[in-house]
Amino acid sequence: MKICITSQGEDRASNVDPRFGRCAHFCFYDTESGEYRFEPNEFAAGVGGVGVQTSQYMAEQEVGAVLTGQVGPNAFKTLNAAGIEVYPNAEGTVESAVQGFLAGKFEKTSGATGPARHA
Amino acid sequence: MTISVASGKGGTGKTTVAVGLALSLEQQVQLLDCDVEEPNSHLFLQLDPESRSSEDFSILVPRIDEDKCTACGLCSSFCEYGALARLKDKVLVFDNLCHGCGGCKIVCPEGAITEAPRPIGKLVSAAVPGVDLLYGDLNSGEVLAPPLIRGVKRQSIAAPDGPGGTPVIIDSPPGTTCPMVTAVKDSDFSILVTENTPFGLHDLELAVQVLSDLNMPMGVVINRADIGRSDVEEFCCKKEIPVLMRIPYSRKIAEFYARGESIVAADPDFRRRFQEMYSRIESIVAEEGRKS
Repeated sequence: MKICITSQGEDRASNVDPRFGRCAHFCFYDTESGEYRFEPNEFAAGVGGVGVQTSQYMAEQEVGAVLTGQVGPNAFKTLNAAGIEVYPNAEGTVESAVQGFLAGKFEKTSGATGPARHA
Repeated sequence: MTISVASGKGGTGKTTVAVGLALSLEQQVQLLDCDVEEPNSHLFLQLDPESRSSEDFSILVPRIDEDKCTACGLCSSFCEYGALARLKDKVLVFDNLCHGCGGCKIVCPEGAITEAPRPIGKLVSAAVPGVDLLYGDLNSGEVLAPPLIRGVKRQSIAAPDGPGGTPVIIDSPPGTTCPMVTAVKDSDFSILVTENTPFGLHDLELAVQVLSDLNMPMGVVINRADIGRSDVEEFCCKKEIPVLMRIPYSRKIAEFYARGESIVAADPDFRRRFQEMYSRIESIVAEEGRKS
């Protein structure tokens, strides 16, 4: 399964970005191959509906789960409709978040964890 | 003729000037309160609450016919506001993000998008002798002021192009962003209300820049003009912007304001001063008309 961790930087020692839609980078981690891939979030500076656009991108990338800090209602609705699991409250480095996820330390959320930030 | 009353900074006296001007003119005027996030002109007109009538104002948002939709994604890639999410086999619509532009319906190759109204506020009308008031009142939590402002302005009865006809006075929202631009656009003249403070001058400079970009003739009213600094006057002088009126810092005007009474009720001499200001604006607009 491919998972996406929102990241403040471009390597696995970077901290998890607590924002979902406007995170600085995406880290895609493949649980089978153990491979990390980073790319900048091109939606980060969008005018609005960024959570929705980022979520749609997650679906296009065939991500199965998202590890992030907080997720808003529009993003959650989109991720949920796409069948993507959302694991909030991730913190520390990207690598430690991945290890924590693999060790089953995260709990998935069944709803948004915060309000919409920007219409 | 349409005159908009704007300012960069909030709380400088736009409504005081707009209502004062509306109540001072001899002829019937139309007052459009376009500060739809916080309309307040109606508070200073001693309206009979019963005389107010209001109707819902809606924007059109997309509805997807799932039988026709192929989830091609053209609609969602067109939408700048993330109001449409294309997933594998369907498209989600987020009404609260939609700006109602209708573009998705145009780009859909399958004809799968129809539009449904979503109320975002109210259009309210009322009248007192001499003044027909119309204002927009955006619902709490809504952010789309510009469509409602356009809705208010569509009710304008102004004759196009210059002096003559019923004077239409627009009370603009503060600031210099989309709502302000939407409110002042296509006016024949803009009055910028400011005050002699660093903040007042800073925001006046921004507002002057916006109006210059719109090629709008303008003048300045300085409120609480007898206190503060002199750099607003210096700025107007340098930019050759006429100072149309100086309103003193007066406890009496403030007391009347606090009771919901206009500046002309506080001091009837303002009636004459507003009439003179209007004549001056008429001649500036006529002069601009001859130039263009």
